[in-house]
Formats: sequence, C-alpha cells, structure tokens
Amino acid sequence: MLSVIVFAPLVGAIVLGLFGRRLTEKIIAVIACSSVLVSTLAAFYAFWRLLSVKPAEDGVRRINETLFTWIAAGSFSVDFGFLLDPLSGVMILFVTGVGFLIHVFATGYMHGDSGFYRFFAYMNLFMFMMLVLVLGDNFLMMFVGWEGVGLCSYLLIGYYFLEKFAGDAAKKAFVVNRIGDFGLALGVMLIFLKFGNVSFVDKANMVSALSQAAKMPVEPFSGSILFAGGLTTIAALLFIGATGKSAQIPLFVWLPDAMAGPTPVSALIHAATMVTAGVYMIARTNAIFAKAPLALTIVAIVGALTAVVAATIGLAQWDIKKVLAYSTVSQLGYMFLACGAGAFAAGFFHVVTHAFFKALLFLGSGSVIHAMHHEQDMRRMGGLQKYLKTTFITMAIGTLAISGFPLLSGFFSKDEILWKVRSSPVLPGSLGTLLWLIGLATAAVTAIYMTRMMVVTFLGEERFRKASDTHGEHHEHEPHESPPVMTVPLVVLAFLSVVGGFVGIPEALAEKIVPHSLHGVTHSFYHFLDPVFIKLSTTPGNLTGALAADHGAELVSTLLSTLVALIAIGVGYAVFSKQPLLTMPKILENKYYVDELYDAVIVNPVKWTSKWILWKVMDVGIVDGTVNGLARLLGWFSIGIREFQVGFTRAYAIFLLIGALTVVGYFLYFGRL
Amino acid sequence: MHFIKQNILTVVTFLPLFGALLMLLHSYFRGNNPEAMRRMALGFSLATFLASLPLIGWYADPTLIVKANWIGSLGVSYHLRVDGLSLWLVILTTLLVPLCVLASWHIDKHVREYMVFMLMLETGMVGVFLAMDMFLFYLFWEVMLVPMYFLIGVWGGERRIYAAIKFVIYTMIGSLLMLVAIIALYLLHGQSTGVYTFDIVQITENIARYDFLTYQQQMWMFAAFALAFMIKVPLFPLHTWLPDAHVEAPTAGSVILAGVLLKMGTYGLMRFNLPMFPEAAHRFAIPIMILAVIGIVYGALVAMVQPDLKKLVAYSSVSHLGFVVLGTFAFTETGMQGALYQMLNHGISTGALFLLVGVIYERRHTRLISEFGGLSTPMPVYATIFMIVTLSSIGLPLLNGFVGEFLILVGTFTSAHPRILAVIATSGVVLSAVYMLWMTQRVLFGRVTNEHNKSLADVTLREKLTLVPLVVLIIFMGVYPSFFLKRSAGQLQQIHRLVNERAVAGMVR
Repeated sequence: MLSVIVFAPLVGAIVLGLFGRRLTEKIIAVIACSSVLVSTLAAFYAFWRLLSVKPAEDGVRRINETLFTWIAAGSFSVDFGFLLDPLSGVMILFVTGVGFLIHVFATGYMHGDSGFYRFFAYMNLFMFMMLVLVLGDNFLMMFVGWEGVGLCSYLLIGYYFLEKFAGDAAKKAFVVNRIGDFGLALGVMLIFLKFGNVSFVDKANMVSALSQAAKMPVEPFSGSILFAGGLTTIAALLFIGATGKSAQIPLFVWLPDAMAGPTPVSALIHAATMVTAGVYMIARTNAIFAKAPLALTIVAIVGALTAVVAATIGLAQWDIKKVLAYSTVSQLGYMFLACGAGAFAAGFFHVVTHAFFKALLFLGSGSVIHAMHHEQDMRRMGGLQKYLKTTFITMAIGTLAISGFPLLSGFFSKDEILWKVRSSPVLPGSLGTLLWLIGLATAAVTAIYMTRMMVVTFLGEERFRKASDTHGEHHEHEPHESPPVMTVPLVVLAFLSVVGGFVGIPEALAEKIVPHSLHGVTHSFYHFLDPVFIKLSTTPGNLTGALAADHGAELVSTLLSTLVALIAIGVGYAVFSKQPLLTMPKILENKYYVDELYDAVIVNPVKWTSKWILWKVMDVGIVDGTVNGLARLLGWFSIGIREFQVGFTRAYAIFLLIGALTVVGYFLYFGRL
Repeated sequence: MHFIKQNILTVVTFLPLFGALLMLLHSYFRGNNPEAMRRMALGFSLATFLASLPLIGWYADPTLIVKANWIGSLGVSYHLRVDGLSLWLVILTTLLVPLCVLASWHIDKHVREYMVFMLMLETGMVGVFLAMDMFLFYLFWEVMLVPMYFLIGVWGGERRIYAAIKFVIYTMIGSLLMLVAIIALYLLHGQSTGVYTFDIVQITENIARYDFLTYQQQMWMFAAFALAFMIKVPLFPLHTWLPDAHVEAPTAGSVILAGVLLKMGTYGLMRFNLPMFPEAAHRFAIPIMILAVIGIVYGALVAMVQPDLKKLVAYSSVSHLGFVVLGTFAFTETGMQGALYQMLNHGISTGALFLLVGVIYERRHTRLISEFGGLSTPMPVYATIFMIVTLSSIGLPLLNGFVGEFLILVGTFTSAHPRILAVIATSGVVLSAVYMLWMTQRVLFGRVTNEHNKSLADVTLREKLTLVPLVVLIIFMGVYPSFFLKRSAGQLQQIHRLVNERAVAGMVR
C-alpha cells in the first residue's frame, strides 16, 4: 500500500522519460496527472487505514512496509522501507493533494512548451523522491529522498536550459544544498556511531535510534556541548542540513534564484513541499532536538532572523515571483522559529497551511505571468483585476491568509507559533519574548509586502500597455483569464486556504469562538500528532515557560497580532495604491548584498587558489617539477655512468655479479635482522 | 561440470591472449583485414566476459582453484583463484574490455596491433586479479605495462611519448621496489618455515600463524609494496603521471587506465599490505589516510579549474581514489566494503565519462570545455546519459556512487581513527558536485554558441551499445547493492580480521 503511494509517480516518470518524446501533449498530461492521482488516492486510503491501527506502546499508530535490505556492510545495515505514522500521514496527504492540483495546473501552464514530456517526467520523479523522503523509515531513506528532491529541483530550475541564468541558478541550488547535506550526512553518521543504527522505528529486535534518543537525559545548555559529539552535536548537524534544503540563513541564497524554473515548479517544490523538508526532518527527529536545548535555541534564532531578513528583502522586489520566494524563505523561518521554541506541532501546522496558501499564491502568479505572456516584472503590470477576476480573488484570499487575517488558515497557524514562542519552555532567559517581538514585526512586514504585491499587480493604472516589453514586442491582446485547468486548482487551493486552519484552532481561542461540541474537530490536528512529539522539560532559568497555561495572556497576544496584521494591510494599501512604483531602499533591493559577499569571500578565492596555487604552482610546479627534475638529474647521472659502458663482456659480467651479490647479501643480512 | 569449473579461471585469463594469437595467425594467412581484426577482438573479449559470468555463482567453490607446479625449484606455482575481493574486479575488467573494443571501432591506424594489445592487456589485468602466486602476480603486473605503453605511445595524442614514458617510469620505480620486497618476503618465509614458496595464500596464512616478520621487516616491506601500489592508485602526491597519461591516451586507453589499472593499486593494498603486514599497516594508517584526504580535496579543487575535459576527469579520479584508500585504511569492515564498492563504481562511472568524452572528441577533435556548450540541443540522448553518469560520479543516492562513498565515510567515521578525517573527506562530496555540475553546465547546457556544435550527430547505435550497459549498472548498483556486497563480505571479513587481530597482538607484544 505504501509502495503504491511512492512508486506510482516513479512509473509515470519512467514512462514519460523513455517514451514521452513520441507522445502527444494530451496523453502526457493524462499519464503525469493520473500517476499522481493514484498516489493521492492511495495516500488517503492509507491515512484512513492508519486511523484504525492500534497504537503501539508509545501511543503512536504506525504502518510499516519493508521491501528489502538496501545496504548491508559490516555493522552497517539499512532497509529499503517505509513508515506511515501521524507525521508522515499528514505530510503525504498535502504533498500528494497539492501535488496533484499543481500537476493539473501545469498541464495548462506548460501547454505548447517544446519540453512538455521532459517537464512532467521531472515533476513525477520529484513526487516519487518527495514521498521517499517523507515515508522513508530510516535516516538513510530520508537522505535518499532528500538528495533526490534536490536533484529534481536542480533539473526543474534548469528546465529552460538554453538560458544561462537558469543553469546558474540550478547549479547554485544543488551546490548550496550539498553544503547542507554535508551537515546532514555527518549527523546521520554520528547517529549511527552513537546508536548503532539509523532507523526511525523499532523493528522486531532492533532498538531504533530515535527511541534510544528519547530515553537519554537532556543535555546541558553550554557552548562546549555543541562539539561534544552528543545529541546537541547531532541536532546541530541535522539543522545544517535543514538550512540548506529549507533555505535558512546562511544558505538561503539559492531559493530566490530558483525562481528561474517554471512557475508550477516554484509552487510545488519551492513553496509547498520540498523546502518544508527541513521542518519535517526536525519534527521527525524531535526526540533528539528535545534533548538539545542549545540546538533548539540556535534553530529559533536562525529561524527568527531568516524570517525578518527575508521579509524585508521581499518588500523591495519587483519580480512577482521573487516577492513570493522571499516570502517563502521568511515563512520557513517562522516554522523553524516554532520548532526552536519546542512547538514542533505548531511549526508543522504552519507547514500545512503554508502549503495551501503559498501554492495558491505561486500558481496565481503563474496565472498572471501566463496572461502577461511571461512578463514577471510588476512594474509592467497594474490594473489586472479587471481581466483576471478569478486569479485576483483567489490570490487576494491567499494574501489575506498569509497576512494572518482573522479566521483564515494562516491566522491560526501563525498565531499559534507566536504564542508558543512567547511562552516557550525551552528558550533561555527572555529570549522567547525577544523572538516573539521579531515574529510580530515580521508579521507586519509580511502583510505590507503582500499587500504591495497585490496592489501593484492588480490595482491602479494599467502599465502594461505603454511598455513595449523586453522582448521588443507590444502586447496587442488584452490580458486574458487562464483556462479552467488552471483556475480550478486556484479555487480549490483558495478554499483550502480559508478552511484549512479550522483543524488546528489554538485552544484558548477555540474556547471563546467554537461551540464545545466541535472542539474535537478544531483541535484534531494537534490531538492527532500529539503522540509523535515527546514532552519537553523546561530549561532552567526560563522566564516565559510559566506563561504556557495562561489563556488570558494568549488571547491578548492573539488580539495584538490580529491588530498588527490589519494595520499593516491598511498601511500597505494606503501607501502603494498611491505610489505603486515607490522606490525602495537600495540595500533591500540588492538583498543585503549577500550573494556578492559570498562570491567575494568564498567562491572567487577558492577558484583562484585552486587554479593558481594548487594547480599551477603545486601540481605542475612543485610535484611534477620534482619528478621531471629527478628525471633530468638521472639523465646527467647516466651520462656519467656511460663511462662504465666499456664494451668488454667480462666487465659487464663483473658488474652483474657485484650487483647481484649486493642485493642478495643485503637480503641475507636483512633477513637475520 | 567439474571439468568446466576446474578450467574456468585459466580460460578467463588466457582466452584474450589466445584470441590475440589467433588474430595474428589470421592476418598472417588471410592478410591484414582491419574489419576482421575488430570483429575478432570484440568476439573474444565478449566470450571472455561471458566466460567470467559463472564466477558470480561459483566464486566460493574450491574446485575452481587452479594450482600446479611451475618452477618447482624456486617454489613458483601456477596458482589462480577467485575470491570475494577479486570477483567483481575481474568481472569489471571483462566487461570494460569489449566496451573499449567497441569504442575503438573508428581507429584505423594499425588496427591489428591495437586490438592485439587490447587483448594482451586483458590477459594481464585478469591475471593480476586472479594470480595467487607472487611470482605470477608480478609477471602479469609487468606484462600489462607493455601493451599500455604502446596504446598510449602509438595511438595517443600529441605529447604521447612523454606521457607514455612518464607512465612507465613511474610504475616501474614502484614495481621494482615491490620486486625487492617480494624476493625478501620469499626468502624470509623460506628461512623461517623451511618452505620456499611464492604462494600468496600460504604466506599470508603462515604470517598470521607464526608471526615470523619482525616489526622492522614489516615496515620495510609494507613501504615497498605500498609505494608500488600507491603510485598506481595514484595517491597524492604520486599522481602527476595520471593527468598526462589520461589526456594523451586514446579513449579506450583512458577507460582501461581509470577503470582497471588504478584499481590494481587499491587491490594490491588489500591483498598484500593489510593481511601480510598488519602492524605496519596500523603504524602507517594515519599518514596514508591524511594523504588520501588531501587527495580527495586537492583532486576535487584542481579538477574544478581544468580547461580540458579529460584532465578534469583525471583529477576527479585522484579525488575518488582517495576515498577508496581512506576506506581501506579505516580497518573497519564497512569501510573496506565501501572501498571495494567504490573501486567498481569508479571503474564504471569514470569509464563511462571517458567514453562520453571520446564521443565528442571523435566529432570535434578537441577536449577543451570552452569549445563546447549547449550540446543537449543537438545531442539530447548524449546529454541524458552524460547527466546520469555525472550524478553517479557525484554520489547521488539510488545510483552506485552513493553506496560506496557513504560506506567509506561511515566506515571511517566509526573507526578508531580521528574522526576529523571522515569529516574533511565528507566535504569532498560538496566539491564533486561543484566541479562536475559546473562542467556539465558548460558542456551541455545553454545555447549553442560554437558553429561547429550546431549540427553534431547524437550518439550512434555503436556508442549506445558501449554506454547503455554502464548506465544500467549505475542504476542497478545503486538500488540493489546487496547483490555485490554479500559476495565480497566473506573475504573482506577475513582481511579485516587479519589486519586487526595481528595488530592487537603486536601491541601486546
């Protein structure tokens, strides 16, 4: 059953890869979408089955499926196996569901593209890898999916391979991800060293790495513990992996460039699914992170900083997809902030709601780009709401959802995160309060840049008429709404963005606004996932943890963040409807010059050193020079010993004898040493 | 069946040589017909490959062992046997040779000699892996040099003579030292046991049983063997013959060189150095591992800035083989399994890379990266295969390279050696992605800017025949490595036991 979920898209990918070239667009579209649909249906069926499974001793419902022993060498052994539990269960539902919608959308968006089959082969391959990542029952299987989605991301970012920027962006994504994977691989090795296996779940006679970690004591909060080789070290290494895949500081630079890929790719891979893998991984390994308060604090700080930095950059971008890209980085920061505060479930809930509204926003931007004949610069848009009604309305819903407008999905998940950070039991001192403030500020900035994007794109004067665009041709036709294959997915996602939050309404709020009989539903997300997360113990010296049960304070926090969101939307509207082309600070527009900094400090010096020091001086000069020098020396020496070439046989015989005696004598002597 | 089993090793070893002789006879009586030479070479190398396949099932069967007295007075015997260490290397060799013959179809300069050398080379290579007598081993080891020298020196590029001589001299220096060590080992073994023999199995067993080598002797002999093997590997800083040899060699020469010849170094380390001189191995482990790690990073960095495709692949070999040496000297079963697996991977992936470079070299007569660009437009199938091989080379999971690299890194990480070695080596995984993807981007992607590349023909059927088997293996070995690992496990466990037991005993002493 789990195999069907995973392998259905692989079958699609193989069929398309091998025969797609000869198939018509229609057949390709049917194969691509139906393979994901099979996977989706199987996922829902498996989820339904999971609900009726008897929980194991630790209270977690699980379905295991082991196919074969993948690698076994010496003491190292790992299975090719899948695990369905509440965490992977929730994940596969939205991965396959949203994935299917995006596939359908893409059949319209990619219509007429010469690489149609190639595109969908990669997309199906991505679905396969993503499902391996999610359903893998051990760290190595997760790593397979982890690198696999990275590959598909690479292939799809570089999809328009004729353009140099696409190739550059693809390579950058892969390499930056590899830097993260370096940490992840070391983390996995350290896990193996410490626990003797790399599995998530107990099988017959083996104790899993995670269950062993769950039984270990909490490590102290000190700097030296980071390098002690214990759980804190493991957690930190895993987090390095997460910063790569989920685009956090300092490895976030690849994601904005990744927008070079077709827009459905950005929606699927670089918003809804793959980039959240880091959050999934931390949630999956919460048993380790919960024992490493220092690692959690690092996660929280990095998450908060990424959230605010990316959001401010998002304020100043003109490319509609770049705005959304930075928004994604920023929202991912939120998720990590939640995890770092120990609120794994809240972070994971944001993964789900974000998948809905960010996929919606990206697909919406795709619809806009489609209508504008591949124009992405918002300065050449404006006034589009008249032409793209469905797109405008659905995107507006998405914008409100991400901005935290009351009762939409993003409102509940973001609110829960902010409160959990404020009342975190694990963050030291008053760090929780500080990070909460940063989160609140980010929420305000988020609402502003999203409103800006909507206003500049859809409202105001129609700027696309005057501008003869970059391709040097006038837009003769009016922008037109996209066909139903594209708008229906938008509507479905908009619906999900509205109602998706109702399964996870924070308790304090639910008490006020939801009838008691419905509390089972409104808290079902947290209730369902609860057994997966281990209980946190409070860090000594923590000031905010005591707040956790104070419902009154929680409601105040909710009210505050709602006010912030509403005011920010208002401010955004007021400013940008007057001056849509308002110039933004240069430093923001240039993304704080981070790319330039990396080039100057890392990339160029490494290239220069490799070429001039290592190759030209070291390899050609010193090593080879020594060899050739020795050869030359030998040459002179030979000229010297030419004198021995006397030409008499008996002289040679003597030389031979002397030589042989020397060798044999040496060995006889040496032998008795 | 018994008869077949008893002779199969001899057949696998000498069938190519037999074919070479037949080819010479054929051309003597029927005139020199290049096409016939090509077909015969392909036929015999394919037959050898098929003959070697049953070994996968029989490798553990003692009836396969061939042992006959050869030069009785010196204790030299004709002793062939296959075990978990040599099995896959033999199959790799017999697989690569027919592919190389196919890839050399276009060669029209002295076809007969070329093909004869190819088959002679195959006998030498298979012999090295199967010989269980040091004398025989050394014989095959040296015999191999001759055809390789000519393949580079006659059919090579512009600086072929320089490269060929450099290759031979480098290798000879090492192998002469090895010869000295072999003779010393022969004498010392004879003196202490009274049995003068070159038999590798016997000597290895007796060293373990009687421990007749002093620490000092172990150190010297270890050094002599190791130097010969490390030049072959090649381990940094003994690697500078490799880029020259690769660049100048014809495509098939590069494939054989990278695919098989380099493996003889790492094979030798596992066959001789670890089980025979365990204490010395432990003593030398750290310096060697440091060199291996330097090689991994250094090879990758230098590969990154190469303007020539073949040089890039050559330096990437230095990096990959560094992994193999690292895993070997981790002295853990996991690491050694990984090392052996990585030998196979490297043979397949790097072999395929050289074939791929050969494909475009044939069309454009240049290997400069800057001459290409955008090849995926005129050559989509080529680009796809190139991409898969690249991904294998950078160790993407579910392809072969990952299994080897990961086992090596885990094996090193969990060994008794400093963990920092594994940590630095892991960074090689990042670097390999950098240089390989940068290369593929410049060769395959973007727009075609060079007029000459606009109408390049995609891979022909013949070229597909050489590449597809390797691609299939790349995937199969990545998805189902157990097929290979479980067959090599037994022998590697034994080496693992020998290298660690003796060393521990030595420390007590």
